[in-house]
Amino acid sequence: MKIVVCIKQVPEADKVAIDPETGTLIREGVASILNPFCEYALDVAVKLKEQFPEHNIEIITLSMGPPQAKQALIRTLELGADKAYLLSDRKFAGSDCLATSYALKEGIAKLVPDFDLILTGKQAIDGDTAQVPAEIAEHLGIPQITYGLDVTLNNRRIEVKKETEEGYQVVSARLPALVSISRGSNIRRLPSIQEVINARRKPLEVVSVEDIKIDETKVGLKASPTQVVKIFAPPPKAAGEIIDGRDDPKAAAKKLLEFLIEHKFV
Amino acid sequence: MLVVNEELCIGCKACEKACPFDAIYVDQETKKAVVKDNCTLCGACVNVCPTKALSIERKAVSEEELAKYKGVLVWGEWEKRDNNLQLKGVVLELLGKARQLADKLQENVGVILVGYKISHLVDELFHHGADIVYLCEHELLETYTTDGYATVISSVLATEKPSIVLYGATPNGRDLAPRVAARLALGITADCTGLDIDEKRQLVQTRPAFGGNIMASIISPYTRPQMATVRPNVFPKPEPDIARNGKVITVPVSLTKQAIRTKIIEDVALEESTENIEEAQILVSAGRGIGAKENLKLVHQLAKEIGGTVSGSRALVDLGWLPQPKQVGQSGKTVAPNLYMALGISGAIQHIVGMSSSDTVVAINKDPEAPIFKVADLGIIGDLNEIIPAFLELLKEYKKGKNEN
Repeated sequence: MKIVVCIKQVPEADKVAIDPETGTLIREGVASILNPFCEYALDVAVKLKEQFPEHNIEIITLSMGPPQAKQALIRTLELGADKAYLLSDRKFAGSDCLATSYALKEGIAKLVPDFDLILTGKQAIDGDTAQVPAEIAEHLGIPQITYGLDVTLNNRRIEVKKETEEGYQVVSARLPALVSISRGSNIRRLPSIQEVINARRKPLEVVSVEDIKIDETKVGLKASPTQVVKIFAPPPKAAGEIIDGRDDPKAAAKKLLEFLIEHKFV
Repeated sequence: MLVVNEELCIGCKACEKACPFDAIYVDQETKKAVVKDNCTLCGACVNVCPTKALSIERKAVSEEELAKYKGVLVWGEWEKRDNNLQLKGVVLELLGKARQLADKLQENVGVILVGYKISHLVDELFHHGADIVYLCEHELLETYTTDGYATVISSVLATEKPSIVLYGATPNGRDLAPRVAARLALGITADCTGLDIDEKRQLVQTRPAFGGNIMASIISPYTRPQMATVRPNVFPKPEPDIARNGKVITVPVSLTKQAIRTKIIEDVALEESTENIEEAQILVSAGRGIGAKENLKLVHQLAKEIGGTVSGSRALVDLGWLPQPKQVGQSGKTVAPNLYMALGISGAIQHIVGMSSSDTVVAINKDPEAPIFKVADLGIIGDLNEIIPAFLELLKEYKKGKNEN
């Protein structure tokens, strides 16, 4: 059985900001990491592999990005993936969600045509769109289950516990299918030295548009319906009143009551 | 493709400084700009180039083709509340916005209403600004499924050709909208916080990126319809006009069971989460700074005394101290109460984006450097486990005094 986990390398999102004077992104000192939601998806794949040895599960990670995104894929090999592919080509530059999902679909269809399950993170922490998973599923013509918490296998079907607004649902679908994962352990597992050494022997292949004959007119900027016209810093909020209640909590409580009375909340 | 016109390039390095991704540099020997592989075509260098030596090749489509698409369409998502099917609040918010956009374009507002036995919702849609309701009913649409809803909505979009389609950025909206977008090869912008029409009659969609540290304005210049999801509680609900009426168009739906490939085996509402924090007027929100799980009692007591609902940060949900539907923030819900009390919440940007629409913010935190204080109307540096009990005592006296008068 083959599980493809689509992953993205992202900047540590909350450290990225805009220089208010020049209006450009400040990226100094911002590290690139494996998107946490993608790591949760990989964790689910590794868990399934351990839980269902009879299925002989092979985990293949796939990403589209610049050459340095290899680092994120190496991480996936250290954390339990068996093989990794990076789609990397200037021709992908400027891809929005639609063009990115097309490229990933082509990568899956041509590199792992006999896939059974696709796992993705719910969203990437840089763009936060959560749109690429559903678009990949649509391009491949397979069912999708988003906001997944836990996945289990039952013959040729999967059962997914998924988050809903009120609680949760258990949804099943026949394979092949795509599941996006929305939650995972907050404590990140560090690979052991042995896992790091093993990862070096695992295959990681960089693939170009030409290598797998992707239709060039469907990737990159020209195939991207959306265009960013402007980026800017969010407007700052006017400063409020700050009081120090460390020495006198009673005085602080009194101030709080006065504030709530003044604003008619009590 | 980013193209450098080497005849115009003077090697001034303005592009090098403007590039947010370190993807362009001036070659030391040739003194001409060179584009690297990690260029994302964001256009920052094009804007600063003093000699117009840089350009981005883009696709173009005729204006006549685009003009065939007319009207603003909203997906009329509903939910089961108190054993009734009712419209989600975000649908009414979207109708208010859709009305403004359609008025600017001098076009109609439509709603695509998908489900089973839902025709009682039509009037409320008219009252809030809809001109047309496309009613798509079928027993296989009784509960939301990606396959069922995407099929019906895609076919309505293909035949009705609206210019703009808006969805609430609810879990189902975020599941559905990109599926439809991929089917029709359209652009889609997620989680918009601002929508407007520009001088070319295009939809300008503004959304936060990088966890809210940056805002981006996005257009879809050469595909129609232009599609966006919008987070709940971003736009105000319009005042209903009960005299307003409109036209119902019944859309014939033919669906087979085989077309719906997912099956819901279990659907569970968590008891603790029945009070929807998105609708609450007062939220008492707790973070890791409360210290211990038993201190949540204090938070609940405070909420009870001031008529609020308890919510919390991701940290508490991850610890299992609060159920997920109570989580405020980027990976939780966007809330907009009149009063938001942040207790022991440091205020990571992912949390701030989920509560920054609150009218009044009170923050209590031990750490004077906590970023939550930057968005607070009243910030109290101190131990909430001392301040809250003292406050509850004072509140009791105050209420007593008020009753006696």
